[in-house]
Amino acid sequence: MPLNKLNNLFGKSPFGPVQDHMKLAHQAAERLGDFFDAVLANNWADAQQHQQAISKLEKEADRIKKSLRLSLPNSLFLPVPRTDLLELLRMQDRIANRAEDVAGLMIGRQMKIPAEIAEKIRDFVTKVIATSKQAHTAIEELDELLETGFNGPEASFVEKLIEELDSLEQHTDTCQVEVRTALFAIEQDIPPVDAMFLYQVVGMIGEIADGAQKVGSRLEIVIAR
Amino acid sequence: MSIIAEHGQLLLLLACLFGFFMAWGVGANDVANAMGTSVGSKALTIKQAILIAMVFEFCGAYLAGGEVTDTIRKGIIDPDVMADNPGLLVFGMLSALLAAGTWLFVASVMGWPVSTTHSIVGALVGFAAVGISVDAVDWGTVGQIVSSWVVSPVLAGAISFGLFMSAQKLILNADKPFEAAKKYIPFYLFLVGFMISMVTMTKGLKHIGLGLNFTQCVLASLVVGLIIVGVGQLFLRRIKDEPIGDGRFRFAAVERVFAVLMVFTACAMAFAHGSNDVANAIGPVAAVVSVIQSGGEIAAKSALPWWVLLLGAGGIVFGLATYGFKVIATIGTKITELTPSRGFAAEMGAASTVVLASATGLPVSTTHTLVGAVLGVGLARGIGALNLRVIRNIFMSWIITLPAGAGLAIVFFFIFKAFLG
Repeated sequence: MPLNKLNNLFGKSPFGPVQDHMKLAHQAAERLGDFFDAVLANNWADAQQHQQAISKLEKEADRIKKSLRLSLPNSLFLPVPRTDLLELLRMQDRIANRAEDVAGLMIGRQMKIPAEIAEKIRDFVTKVIATSKQAHTAIEELDELLETGFNGPEASFVEKLIEELDSLEQHTDTCQVEVRTALFAIEQDIPPVDAMFLYQVVGMIGEIADGAQKVGSRLEIVIAR
Repeated sequence: MSIIAEHGQLLLLLACLFGFFMAWGVGANDVANAMGTSVGSKALTIKQAILIAMVFEFCGAYLAGGEVTDTIRKGIIDPDVMADNPGLLVFGMLSALLAAGTWLFVASVMGWPVSTTHSIVGALVGFAAVGISVDAVDWGTVGQIVSSWVVSPVLAGAISFGLFMSAQKLILNADKPFEAAKKYIPFYLFLVGFMISMVTMTKGLKHIGLGLNFTQCVLASLVVGLIIVGVGQLFLRRIKDEPIGDGRFRFAAVERVFAVLMVFTACAMAFAHGSNDVANAIGPVAAVVSVIQSGGEIAAKSALPWWVLLLGAGGIVFGLATYGFKVIATIGTKITELTPSRGFAAEMGAASTVVLASATGLPVSTTHTLVGAVLGVGLARGIGALNLRVIRNIFMSWIITLPAGAGLAIVFFFIFKAFLG
């Protein structure tokens, strides 16, 4: 059987796997909502289950990331720069990683959330999940973008999605400031180590939103060529 | 002289056998490239693809294969030099056929990408330059052929790039892509029909005794183009704008409209392939036939016997039926990256280039031309990923195939000479 030249000419398109990866990353972030509900209800058995689910999603995302990186050699000719695509993947991966870090840390230390800031933190998590969802929505457009050659009305549509993503991320920023302020007001009443770690958790949750925003800005660079 | 008189019938039989073997190889190996894309993008089933390939490869070979056959038959080797030695020409042609056929067979078994065109041209040049003399080769024609191997992928790439960009502008980036597709695709259909029939009529129909003048050609091609549009419309009308599968991909319906177009470009591709590659198998056969029938005269002016073309066309179809079927089945499931909107641009670019080359009598490599066309679409940011290492392999196959074909041809040539001469 001759080595068919045409058949070998086509590399595996990276866009499908990138979309799959983002889906998993977003699912991990989404699960953080359920995780916090369980923690706030003091239901540690459920929380543990959610944490394990998040960890599993993160591992699956990692697997896709690794195989994608290996299947993107320099000899491939892509419609978008390879470096941008790998950077995009890195940012998506950060979403899954941070979700896993948050859940892992809280389970590991059995962290209780003080009642005074419970509602604010829960609201913050919801807003962060919304940014990750928006990033996911934008990445879902990759196949349509490829179809239209990354320009025209489709590209403008995705740019709008990215603008919305930016404003969502700004909301999470203000929200984070509020949470920190509330935490600062009560930090004297809780054990210092717990307070330290709470600050850290808030920071990590914020990084999920940052990651989501950076996914958007990378996508923007990919389009604007 | 005496050789021809003594062994004429045997030599003729051998030529037909070897030619058929070579044609079988052309049909078995190359056809997947013409049809694989359509099967891969689900525009056609494997059965349909084989049927279409058979009909259009045959038509291309029979209706438009004459010009290239002439080049292979008498363009590469200078007939004046061979005039006093017709026996040597016959041996040479036989050994070239056997060498190219053997080389193709070996390469297929080993899995190397080689081109039928390159192997036959290499074999012809090899036996003439070493077995006769360096002057026996018409280096001017050989230079033209070799430069066409470089020009044809580039030209195909340029055409497919332009076509794909226009499809993007007019259809894919329109506000309502589906409506735009229904509106503009008939124009592309017309282009396919007009172009293929135009080139065929102006150049290809001479040898079957159907000489039309230019105005008649244009009129006839217009009619053919309109007929294709009509047939296409029948298919187009059946396609409705509704989400397919999970509805995640909004352009699925648009791609279905393009699939109709792609079926027609696949036909064009099969036609083009038949018209150009049939010569690789039957050019040498025709040369042997003309020498033997004229009783040892090397007539540069003799007409191409129609049954020789038929032999080649039949061989290609036979190769398709026996082996190409398997090839398409394996390839078609793998080439899914080339969606109909891309596939049409690539196939149309390649088919136009190959048919043009057939009309001017230049043997080009169909696969390489198609690769060039695919790269053209890739440059227009139309393909998810292209493997550039394959391009290097193709260069390697050029470099290896020419001396391999030549070397084998020289060996066979001296064997024939020893046994029969």
